[in-house]
Amino acid sequence: MVEFLNVIFSGISIGSVLLIAALGLAVVFGLMGVINMAHGELIMLGAYTTFVVQNVFKGLGSPLSETYIILAIPMAFLVTALVGLLLEKGVVRFLYGRPLETLLATWGVSLILQQFVRSVNWVLVIGITLFCLLFFGAWWVVSRRPDFDRIRNLFFTIMLPLSAAISAVVGVVLAQTYKLAVTQPWFGAQNVNVTAPKWLQGGLNIGDLRLPYTRLFIIFLTILCVAGIYYFFQRTAWGLRIRAVTQNRSMSSCLGIPTQKVDALTFALGSGLAGVAGCAISLLGSVGPNTGQNYIVDTFMVVVVGGVGKLVGSIVAALAIGTVSYIIGSNALAPLLSPIPPLADFFGFFATTSMAKVMVFALIIVFLQVRPAGLFPQKGRTVDA
Amino acid sequence: MKKEEIKANTQKIYHFPRVRKRTENWQGKETVVEPVAAKDTVPKFQGLKLKYPVYTKHKSILIEAGIVGAIALITIFLIPPLLTVVGQAFRVGLLGRFLALAIVALGIDLIWGYTGMLSLGHGVFFALGGYALAMHLQLAPLEPGRLPEFMGLYGVHELPWFWQPFYSFPLTIIGIIIIPALLAALLGYLVFRNRIRGVYFSILTQAATIVFFNFFNGQQKLFNGTNGLTNYKTFLGLEVNAPQTQFLFYALTIILLALTYGFCRWLTTGRFGRLLVAIRDDESRVRFSGYNPTGFKVLVFAISAGLAGIAGALYTVQTGLISPKAMDIAFSIEMVIWVAVGGRATLIGAIIGAILVNFARSLLSEQFPEIWLFFQGALFLIVVMLLPDGLVGWWRSQAVNQIRRLLGIKQQVTYPSLETDPEVQQEREELTGKLGTGD
Repeated sequence: MVEFLNVIFSGISIGSVLLIAALGLAVVFGLMGVINMAHGELIMLGAYTTFVVQNVFKGLGSPLSETYIILAIPMAFLVTALVGLLLEKGVVRFLYGRPLETLLATWGVSLILQQFVRSVNWVLVIGITLFCLLFFGAWWVVSRRPDFDRIRNLFFTIMLPLSAAISAVVGVVLAQTYKLAVTQPWFGAQNVNVTAPKWLQGGLNIGDLRLPYTRLFIIFLTILCVAGIYYFFQRTAWGLRIRAVTQNRSMSSCLGIPTQKVDALTFALGSGLAGVAGCAISLLGSVGPNTGQNYIVDTFMVVVVGGVGKLVGSIVAALAIGTVSYIIGSNALAPLLSPIPPLADFFGFFATTSMAKVMVFALIIVFLQVRPAGLFPQKGRTVDA
Repeated sequence: MKKEEIKANTQKIYHFPRVRKRTENWQGKETVVEPVAAKDTVPKFQGLKLKYPVYTKHKSILIEAGIVGAIALITIFLIPPLLTVVGQAFRVGLLGRFLALAIVALGIDLIWGYTGMLSLGHGVFFALGGYALAMHLQLAPLEPGRLPEFMGLYGVHELPWFWQPFYSFPLTIIGIIIIPALLAALLGYLVFRNRIRGVYFSILTQAATIVFFNFFNGQQKLFNGTNGLTNYKTFLGLEVNAPQTQFLFYALTIILLALTYGFCRWLTTGRFGRLLVAIRDDESRVRFSGYNPTGFKVLVFAISAGLAGIAGALYTVQTGLISPKAMDIAFSIEMVIWVAVGGRATLIGAIIGAILVNFARSLLSEQFPEIWLFFQGALFLIVVMLLPDGLVGWWRSQAVNQIRRLLGIKQQVTYPSLETDPEVQQEREELTGKLGTGD
């Protein structure tokens, strides 16, 4: 019995981590058919935001510093949503209708974000801010001229190198004068640690079973996120618009729904959810620049198995994948299979976390033979559906 | 010309010389319609001189083969001494590796550039080819009954069954191509038969990458886990690391690259190639026209995987190491960007892209290791957003016009009469005044 409960709890626990990480991806993919390869890096940014908030709260002293997680969640949401918005406005917007290209471009963004976290320091931040101020400021000024369209190319050829050069020079001068104070990376390439607040350490004992509080917290957070998303989609005006665009983009556009705004909003929302996921996984272990990479493939699998366009698919898929990988990885079936040695050997071979992934992938491929469009596909009559 | 003559002529003109027409009747039996019009029934256009003579296809193929051969010979015999004179002898080794990578790039170009399937899992096939050869290289110098060194460390006493075939060199060569190709065919069949395509296919291949990475990483006893297979000694009785042998591999890489180029060229120019492009552009329509794309997609995916296997073997023998790192997700996506930089659906672009990006990588990561990731990320963005056709595509389509514009030479105009028509000009001005240039 305890065994059984343990399997259930661990499955739900792994599944909830998967789900919270995949939720944003499912929303974005469902609406726009866009695979955001930088999703993992947005999760990573959320985790780093949590780290920063934690360090700020440490300065506030003992009773307050235990509550950092309360503020870290909305902060992580805001930061990643902002990054997501920038990503949509700067890159993804130009690539709608070309999903494979979007995939490559967002992969490029993910590489940049990884390296950015590794080498971010004051010089870099000041340089980028200065560049943006110069370049976009000049753009704002010049674009009010009536003949802007004619001088557009000239503007780019002059202002782009000019502002880049100015910010580079300022950066170098700063680095020379203040030395290490400004050139030292904030986080570096090493992993950083987020310690769970005291009230999340320890666990709940039910008989022989021990449920760590952090796991329970993540399950709770996942439920909260799912409920929030459902409320947003079903009960608010913008949720209605998002659902409309998901179902039929051109028709919604004809009826006056601002699809571009809906796209930007959805992308920001999905990215914000990635931030919350990052906040959650920072409680599970140390966080590094490569953390995001560990999650993308799993979250993609959740979306593929769940089917596009319906959140319930992602929920079921995440829980199923979580449970199955736990059962295989921990060899929970061993007592049942022991009468049949070949089968027991076979499952014993896959009884590690990484080998369980091999098995789960094979199962997913088999599953797709039965339901190619996932658990809950969106019904439609187009050929390309 | 009399009326009848004209009629006869027009009939001839519209009667294009089909070489072979293949149809399927309602029973699914294949009927072959014999050639409708032979060579000599091609109408002679009176008073109209064609710019390109009709029957020069053979000639142009010969010319192209000659150019490819010449470039191959130059790369084999001229570049190594030249680089040595400049004092960059180690770049010869690098070039050899990058040319091996160019073979994968060709494979990816086949499935992505021509067929529109973005595989993010070619690292798996690459590594499988590498492992196949590496296993042979591990076994070849051993006396009968001995085991590769690492197996002793993990307490393996008997050679696993799947290592056995790699004692034989011919079987290894077959394995290098067949193992990745079969795996790709199996995976491809299971995926394509359900009409899973687009990003789903990409995601699944990416998942396959991580799965195989985990598998090879976790099996210390079978494949030496993270460390991979290394320390190659002899190959067909030759010292693997001797300069002469390495030069041999270098030359072999170039020859195989040239052959691969010819093979891909042959594949993509014929009916098969046109069908691939049709699948890329509108798969549903291909299906409606009575073809089943599944078989073609599986075939081309398998071919591409086989090429990756060859490349992996050549790369392994030149670097002296194959490890699960070759199945890294990042490496597989990088392969795609080589093709994108060079130009999709242009074979030469894939080769150029692979060599350029890899040299940029080795130069930049020598000088500023931190910048390389920024640079690579920017490369992805720039290629996708500004240069969607790659360097070769840009060269073919826009380069001439853009250079002309830079130099201030007036552009060639398609319809000169429009440029002089005052009404059109006025409309243009009004439109640009209101709407902007519209791009």
